[in-house]
Amino acid sequence: MIERGHHDLGGLPAGKVKPTEHDYPEWERRVDALVQLLRGGRKITVDELRKNIEALPPEAYDKLSYYEKWISSLTQTLIQRGVITTAELGRKMEEVEKRCSRSS
Amino acid sequence: MQPQFVTDYPALEPIFSVGDKVRVRKSAPLGHIRTPFYIRGHVGEIERLCGSFPNPEELAQMRDGLPAIPLYRVRFTQKDVWPDYRGPQSDVVEIEIFQHWLEKP
Repeated sequence: MIERGHHDLGGLPAGKVKPTEHDYPEWERRVDALVQLLRGGRKITVDELRKNIEALPPEAYDKLSYYEKWISSLTQTLIQRGVITTAELGRKMEEVEKRCSRSS
Repeated sequence: MQPQFVTDYPALEPIFSVGDKVRVRKSAPLGHIRTPFYIRGHVGEIERLCGSFPNPEELAQMRDGLPAIPLYRVRFTQKDVWPDYRGPQSDVVEIEIFQHWLEKP
């Protein structure tokens, strides 16, 4: 049985927190805007987003940055809600990859 | 202007009052849970009723979470929660916990 979720780490040894300042790259601002618009439009709830972040495999949960977790979770939520399909997403990702490899 | 959040949803009656001692249910089901693992099984005291809100465990599964469930701020003594706590005996930790995670100790 799963006793404790990997994300639920309150009280576990974790070392010191190192505060850092950083600016947000454009893609992170876009992810934030997407989430705000979809929540404001009542298309998704913050609870679904949290559920899908918690469902990340432990290695991914530890490795991904804050907004990388958000975009994974948002994508999963939109597929579950039927807003986009896995097939549409796959095709779009291929299209973007091709565009990027041409322009580089 | 449309209200951003609906607040007149059906809600369960609160069963605890300020000052009541409560035990957090020691349970580890699957699903999306907002009650931290470290506090489950501990006894605290109701500090206030925060209002009633749709159940996040249900909202996470794309259901409406109604009736809304009373949410309490519960006060625990740090020394009870962390046996090796080195701060003053009077230090507390307060956690917001939904009614269905609380029982009479």
